Amino acid sequence: MGHQVLTGFERRYIRLRKTIDRLLPIILSLAVFIAVATVASLLLIVIITGGHRLSWNLILNYPSANPEEAGMRSAIMGSIFTVGLSALICIPLSIATAIYLVEYSKGGRLSSILSYNIANLAGVPSIIFGVVALGFLGYWLGMGRTIITGAFTLAILTLPLVTVTCVEALKAVPDDLRLGAYALGATTLQVVRHISLPRALPMMLTGGILGISRALGEAAPILVVSGLLFIREDPTSLFSKFTVMPLQLYNWISRPQPAFVELSSAGIIVLLLILLALNGVAIALRQYLIRRIGQTWR
Amino acid sequence: MEIESYNQLLKNYVELSKEEMSDITGPEVVKVENLKVVYGDKTAIDGVNISFKRNNITAIIGPSGCGKSTLLRSINRMNDLIPGAKVSGKVYFNGVDVYSRDVDPVFIRSKIGMVFQRPNPFPFSIFDNVAFGLRVNGFKLSKSELYEKVKDALVKAALWDEVKDRLNKHAYSLSGGQQQRLCIARALAVDPEVLLLDEPTVSLDPISTARIESLLRSIKDEYTIIIVTHNMLQAARVSDYTAVMMPDENMVGRIIEFGETRQIFTNPRDKRTEDYISGRIG
Repeated sequence: MGHQVLTGFERRYIRLRKTIDRLLPIILSLAVFIAVATVASLLLIVIITGGHRLSWNLILNYPSANPEEAGMRSAIMGSIFTVGLSALICIPLSIATAIYLVEYSKGGRLSSILSYNIANLAGVPSIIFGVVALGFLGYWLGMGRTIITGAFTLAILTLPLVTVTCVEALKAVPDDLRLGAYALGATTLQVVRHISLPRALPMMLTGGILGISRALGEAAPILVVSGLLFIREDPTSLFSKFTVMPLQLYNWISRPQPAFVELSSAGIIVLLLILLALNGVAIALRQYLIRRIGQTWR
Repeated sequence: MEIESYNQLLKNYVELSKEEMSDITGPEVVKVENLKVVYGDKTAIDGVNISFKRNNITAIIGPSGCGKSTLLRSINRMNDLIPGAKVSGKVYFNGVDVYSRDVDPVFIRSKIGMVFQRPNPFPFSIFDNVAFGLRVNGFKLSKSELYEKVKDALVKAALWDEVKDRLNKHAYSLSGGQQQRLCIARALAVDPEVLLLDEPTVSLDPISTARIESLLRSIKDEYTIIIVTHNMLQAARVSDYTAVMMPDENMVGRIIEFGETRQIFTNPRDKRTEDYISGRIG
């Protein structure tokens, strides 16, 4: 009887662990189910309420007192201009900040102070950004309650979020590669240009798109900057007055007529479709970058 | 004649051949004087004096944490990249103190190449890996000249025969040993004078290790090689000179013995060296 036999306790213990191993995925998938079910039921409600209101009018027409004709053309325009412009401001700035923090001032005191502040900034309620932007940009710098002020507001709002992602993206590039390049006589700029940035870019752009999605859904700071306007014209310049999709939806949903509430639901579907399209673009771009830039000398 | 200024060193690199350079600078390519390296508030090495002779292989051996890698990284100023690292003392490269204010560490690193513990090829093709150093250092080369340089480096690193048909394949498709030889080729491509190797075979199998050792012996007539190794047999096999490092009672790394490899292994002067190489400590 040289063979070692498990005691009863050991056998029970193994059985217990196996049971836990089987139960855990069930519990975890329950958590997933709750999240998915919430989103699905929201979508369902929105589609049931507003699905039949989906029409080209919704996209092509200006707002109107008549729900049959009302559209959100000016709000879509306003959103595209402010959010697009804010992305143009925010993404390069975030990438530059991240490059400075990770590649140049690594581990320095300045770097840790900056990182700490950026993290704090990410937690500031968005309406505060609206108030500050209106006071500083709108009145003090005289930019008014215009598209450009709105764009800067959204850019400042999304900056910390996107910067944090960009920093993480650069940190995810193995230091081995940087050291290898430095050891061959590369300058920091060359290391960034040829080693870290190409490998971090896909994740950075994903972060950028997430920031854009966030900006697209923001109502509070824009409400402060633009006010609740009834606009029946396309923006003509960066200094035009504007409104955005979430504000238009807010406007409709607060009206007493049920037709406008339905319209609001239809508008939410449009907003979601735009967000979905943006995410699709982000994923496609990331895959393209990973395949093309990440794997070759550029 | 001695080279006193960095500018003169740069000028000589442009005007002189390697042989003429060595006539000027003498047999000691790298000379370390009273080197001390501190990380934050921890002293890693102190009072290190050693010189490395041209076209020789010098091994630095010693137990973990004795500062071997620190010494190596001080020579091509890779310690600059570690936050909180402070270097004092002198490291002369061809007579010029690499830590003096007017010296550009980027130039030093292009003349003193380095190979790391774990193979770290770039996520490029095999060709682009070897060409990287040539490209970032602004060598003005035609396509065929670039190809020749890349080939040359791969031949020296004993990798050419294995990769000549698939230079455009991704470097990660190579085995670990091949990747490490690729890293050696990458370092050799920029034509450095000194090659630093930080435990280059520690993650490799014995056959890959033997290949790298034999390639090091085959290129030593053209380069000055400094190799940090845990493996005492490796030091005995490849090196001409051996330095033994050991932490003192405060865990500060020091060189306890330096001499010809044969003498170190057959007739060590220091009792600790004898204990270390005979496997009693470390």
